[in-house]
Amino acid sequence: MYDLSCERVTKNFGSFTAVDGVSLDIPSGSFFSILGPSGCGKTTLMRMIAGFETPSRGDIRIKGDSVLALPPNRRNVKMVFQHLALFPMMSVGENIAYGLRCRGDAKAEIPARVARVLDRVGLPGVEDKRIEQLSGGQKQRIAIARCMVLEPDVLLLDEPLGALDLKLREHMKIELKQLQHRFETTFLYITHDQSEALVMSDTVAVMNAGRFEQIGAPRELYENPVSGFVAGFVGDSNCLAGRIAEIRGDEALVELSGGGTVRARRGDGAGQGDAVEVFLRPEALFVGEGDPHATLDGRVDSLLFNGANSRILVQLDNGPLIEVADPGQAGRVAQDQQVRVGWDPARATCFAQRAGA
Amino acid sequence: MRNDAGKLSLILLMAPFALWIGLLIVLPQLGIGYVSLREKVGINQYEFGPGNYADFIAEPIYRNTLFRTAWMSILVTALALLVGFPVAWYIAKIARERSRAALFLLCLIPLWVSDLVRAYGWIVLLRETGVVSTVLVGAGIIAQPVEMLYNDVTVVIGLVYTVILFMIVPLVSTLQGMDDALLEAGYNLGGGRLTVFRRIIVPYAMPGIVAGCIITFMLTAGSYLTPILLGGKNSSWFTEQIYNQFITRYNWEAGATFGVLLLGFTSLVVWAGLRLTGQSLSTTVAKE
Repeated sequence: MYDLSCERVTKNFGSFTAVDGVSLDIPSGSFFSILGPSGCGKTTLMRMIAGFETPSRGDIRIKGDSVLALPPNRRNVKMVFQHLALFPMMSVGENIAYGLRCRGDAKAEIPARVARVLDRVGLPGVEDKRIEQLSGGQKQRIAIARCMVLEPDVLLLDEPLGALDLKLREHMKIELKQLQHRFETTFLYITHDQSEALVMSDTVAVMNAGRFEQIGAPRELYENPVSGFVAGFVGDSNCLAGRIAEIRGDEALVELSGGGTVRARRGDGAGQGDAVEVFLRPEALFVGEGDPHATLDGRVDSLLFNGANSRILVQLDNGPLIEVADPGQAGRVAQDQQVRVGWDPARATCFAQRAGA
Repeated sequence: MRNDAGKLSLILLMAPFALWIGLLIVLPQLGIGYVSLREKVGINQYEFGPGNYADFIAEPIYRNTLFRTAWMSILVTALALLVGFPVAWYIAKIARERSRAALFLLCLIPLWVSDLVRAYGWIVLLRETGVVSTVLVGAGIIAQPVEMLYNDVTVVIGLVYTVILFMIVPLVSTLQGMDDALLEAGYNLGGGRLTVFRRIIVPYAMPGIVAGCIITFMLTAGSYLTPILLGGKNSSWFTEQIYNQFITRYNWEAGATFGVLLLGFTSLVVWAGLRLTGQSLSTTVAKE
């Protein structure tokens, strides 16, 4: 049994198709993310699940029952809004009690329930505080508590970390994951930030132009993307344009547009002579000699220090600027030095050229 | 040195406001208060005392006119809120960005015409030989022309029409500040339309509601032209009594007394209204 299922959900706004035949099944208690660039239709999809928009076609089921006929206030999915939408004229306790009072809980039970949920999100005793007295991270937790106190079947989160500063965002990622474990509720999380989706999710759906490109575990998306869009959007990638010169089983020899030939795994059905892009993860690259057809020459453009995420920017002789991972910034190369960049050919993948790329 | 410059600029910035309040509001009111405490005992002979106030209390017609004015003003304020809220809601929340400014301007258009002309506009419409009456007779709905002027209903309608703008403006500005996500959160957490309205929209709009109500109530209670022109002799508006004392009877002492009483009484009503609804000026009108 799935907590939430969408079956070929489509939403048209006039002649524009915002969501195009999307299907998904979210098992109970899992953390599911929808990852996509802004304008890809992910917010529209979430608003349809919450009931603020009606699908043009398709069905949405919660715990197996279609909810299309139910108004938003009768669906047992709760939503954490992008800017949280805490009620500024109510205290923290009243914000949380609002949903309980709407549900018609006995007046005497409400304070105990509010106290219990505040305890679970790690903010005991803040009932009487005003919303503006809370810090960004605390507001976040109150917004989640306000939903969780109603024991929803699914909790929807619409990029709630977007407004936080970087440090707090990193912290909240871990905390959200822990909260999800603690409540054992199904989370549907929407984001355009691939690192949020990768870190927190059990399953990620990558969405582009109203469609799901790929659904899978974060590791699967990262290591075995099914399209150029997923390869480019999930994680960092270097991308080299070229044309398939020869196909050898699973591999292809790609003639790069700037000159030179490299070997790459075939990620999709692109055939001989097709325009393709070769994707290389920065951490798959190293300074030094690689396999034949897995080496390119260039000049060190600059060194970017960022702790364990340090990079060497290499200007390739045949055109593009690529990033090479350099954990520890060992100092083996200097700026403007002529270098050879190599990689394991199994970690290079080519996909048909993306539209517009 | 810096501090002195700061002080000077503060004084200069405050000066117009202080002069305005001091010279045009406080000073005349003090004068009126002073005159109201003067009892005329003979030609050019005065004594100090509360005699004028005692006269007011002793005369039921004065008292009743003041209460009537207050009640009618409360009614007008309530009606203005009832009619103004949907209008403000439409302008702030439903209208598109582009038509919003045009709609707001449309609300302001009546202000371009003088009060007097607007009141005569109502007279043209509502008098016995007026537009409404003629049309109704022409359509065969009524047999004889009717006089629709000079009754309380007309006065209330005219007053609501005059003051409603001052209700709409503060409402629009507070409602515009409301994030639509608050409403959606209200529904999402299980509230119906009524609950969302009662527990989210109204509390959020409260600063605008209070500001609008105070302004419209004060304007209505202190209005003169509309009740006189539309209500005629039957209007019995308290400002008419003040006018009569000052101008017709040349009894400045009584007129001043009535003026002080009107100010005091309307302030009392506003205070009572704030207390009854559990609001205070600092949490509503002066809220940032």
